[in-house]
Amino acid sequence: MNNFMTILLHTYLSKLKTKSFIVTTLITVVIVAGLANLSGIIDYFDKDDKERIAVIDETGVLLAPLQEQMDALNNNISLIAYKGSEAEGENAVKDEEYKGLLLLSFTEEELPEAAYKARSIADSAIPSELQGGLQQLKTQMAATQINLSPEQLSKLYEPVPFDKTALEENAKTEEELNQARGLVYVLLFIIYFAVILYANMIAMEVATEKSSRVMEILISSVSPIKQMFAKILGIGLLSLTQMALILLVGFFSVKQNLDTMEGGFFEFFGFENIPASTIAYALIFFILGYFLYATLAAFLGSLVSRIEDIQQMITPMTMMVVAGFMIAMFGLGQPEASFVTITSYIPFFTPMLMFMRVGMLSLPVWEPIIGIVILLVSIILLAVFGARVYRGGVLMYGKSNSFKDIKKALQLTKNE
Amino acid sequence: MALELKHVTKRFGTFTAVDDLSLSIPESEMFGFLGANGAGKTTTFRMILGLLDPSGGKITWNGNPIDYSTSPLIGYLPEERGLYPKLKVKDQVIYLAKLRGMAKQDCLKELTYWLERFKVPEYANKKIEELSKGNQQKIQFITAVIHKPKLLILDEPFSGLDPVNVELLKDAVMELKDNGTTIVFSSHRMEHVEELCEHLCIMQKGRPVVHGSLKEIKRSFGRKNLIIHADYDLSFLKDTRGVVKARQTAEGIQLQISGEDAAEAIFREVAEKGFVRKFVLEEPSLNDIFIEKAGASYE
Repeated sequence: MNNFMTILLHTYLSKLKTKSFIVTTLITVVIVAGLANLSGIIDYFDKDDKERIAVIDETGVLLAPLQEQMDALNNNISLIAYKGSEAEGENAVKDEEYKGLLLLSFTEEELPEAAYKARSIADSAIPSELQGGLQQLKTQMAATQINLSPEQLSKLYEPVPFDKTALEENAKTEEELNQARGLVYVLLFIIYFAVILYANMIAMEVATEKSSRVMEILISSVSPIKQMFAKILGIGLLSLTQMALILLVGFFSVKQNLDTMEGGFFEFFGFENIPASTIAYALIFFILGYFLYATLAAFLGSLVSRIEDIQQMITPMTMMVVAGFMIAMFGLGQPEASFVTITSYIPFFTPMLMFMRVGMLSLPVWEPIIGIVILLVSIILLAVFGARVYRGGVLMYGKSNSFKDIKKALQLTKNE
Repeated sequence: MALELKHVTKRFGTFTAVDDLSLSIPESEMFGFLGANGAGKTTTFRMILGLLDPSGGKITWNGNPIDYSTSPLIGYLPEERGLYPKLKVKDQVIYLAKLRGMAKQDCLKELTYWLERFKVPEYANKKIEELSKGNQQKIQFITAVIHKPKLLILDEPFSGLDPVNVELLKDAVMELKDNGTTIVFSSHRMEHVEELCEHLCIMQKGRPVVHGSLKEIKRSFGRKNLIIHADYDLSFLKDTRGVVKARQTAEGIQLQISGEDAAEAIFREVAEKGFVRKFVLEEPSLNDIFIEKAGASYE
């Protein structure tokens, strides 16, 4: 047990101290904090920066109502009546005095018509906002022309009441589903990246020890099986450290900015009232998924002799994670598809799919529990099998690195 | 007997790497384990260390089986050198020593002693990849002996070292032996084995072909070396009775003969021919024995 802790701590601490780990963690933390403070950051750069648009109003009556419309839309466009000629206006735009030049006139039918001129029209936001404002204005004017009252007009544009109700008991409401979708989406991404990242790390670690031939000394002091699990736990601890750090930073920045975010993107992602069970399931399936893939990665890593071969060896595993993720993404839209239900019981897909289903649907408790049991059993089976392959694999050196080596590795540990 | 191998056999599928090997090595003894490449030396070492299970037979240390509970008693220098390239010498040695059950404080003290002894105290805080190959090997040697093992297995300990460093390591190995460590040692350098080991075993295709004390092995080999220097052509001796091998040298001829009586006959023959500047009858070298016994596999 003592040796076990020595290896676990060594793996954990030496990885923790590597530059690449510190740098990736820092970058991720900065990105998370940045995302959470996004609106604040945008506001900071966009402060008092109203775009000035010169307007030549040939009609003399359109500018004021248009400005009203634009203010109602709450954007940062300020319209300024321009006194000079069109050519002078164009020059003023070229001299960067104004962002653009808007020419307002009437059509033959006494409805607004406009032309917009700017140095470049790459920025489509301003013209489309102007267009939107004008469209409203035109609708109003046209309505007045045919003697429609504002009430009649709003009746025309009122959306059809369309209510969706789930009949099944404790099924999620439309609003709840949308919220769950956002949260599950984000957590799925985290599981997906973490499994790929840390499983890779384990395979690399094993392959490095093997290629630098430290392995032979290590296995002469500590049994390969103990070593393999100490390593898996060590990296697991590392992953939890990294996750905890990122989530902590994320949590606090979100909390701080909660007022500014209301109604925005974060509500869409369902971060307002996070159901505790979803988080708990995310953690459970993350840890189980990690162990499943980490065990697989460790024994695949033990089969290669050179680090260069590691990618080739673990590609099938990576493909499996990607496939699981794809199905989960598809399942977000159709969580009840029978294809999704069935695949959620296949061990290598369970971590992502069962989590997706449990997060999106109101599953009876036994379903995720079956998923967890399936995962536990496959982890144990894989660990027993993997440990035997690992034990032989670490002693094998040679250039071949195919799945035939698994058989060879098993043969090495057999006592005939 | 400290280390006992009884009828040890190891098969990989249909290939037999070690075939019915029995050895007994007393405590505080340096035992030479020789054999051509692929003769089964490393497999035997791996079985002694418990990395591989024998297909048949038994290996014991003072009557007990060797497993991971005995690992603090065992030191191992593998043939393929291996250390973490990115780790500092100090961290590396401490980590590996801890795994052999050593406390950190003792380990630091011992490390200082060994680094000074090998005249490289400044390496403690350097990364392994910054060291030359020979110096890496010294560090590797330190990791094998720092926990004062009772049984030390050295697989090619001197390969890749310059003569000065070979002497440094040889002295260290001798001292360990005098302090009671049992050492099993493999090498392709016969002069090292001749110098260090009292008992040895030569393996060929997994089978021990020669086994015993160095003196006995030389005596029972029977053949002797005869070196003759003369000013006239000596090649006619090739066909003399009792000559097993002959090799022309710059100053004369070197013969391997079946025994002392053959030497007498040759002596009379060359004396008739003329003056001889050198006539030496020597014990066979281990190198000759090795080539004769283990070299058969190359044919």
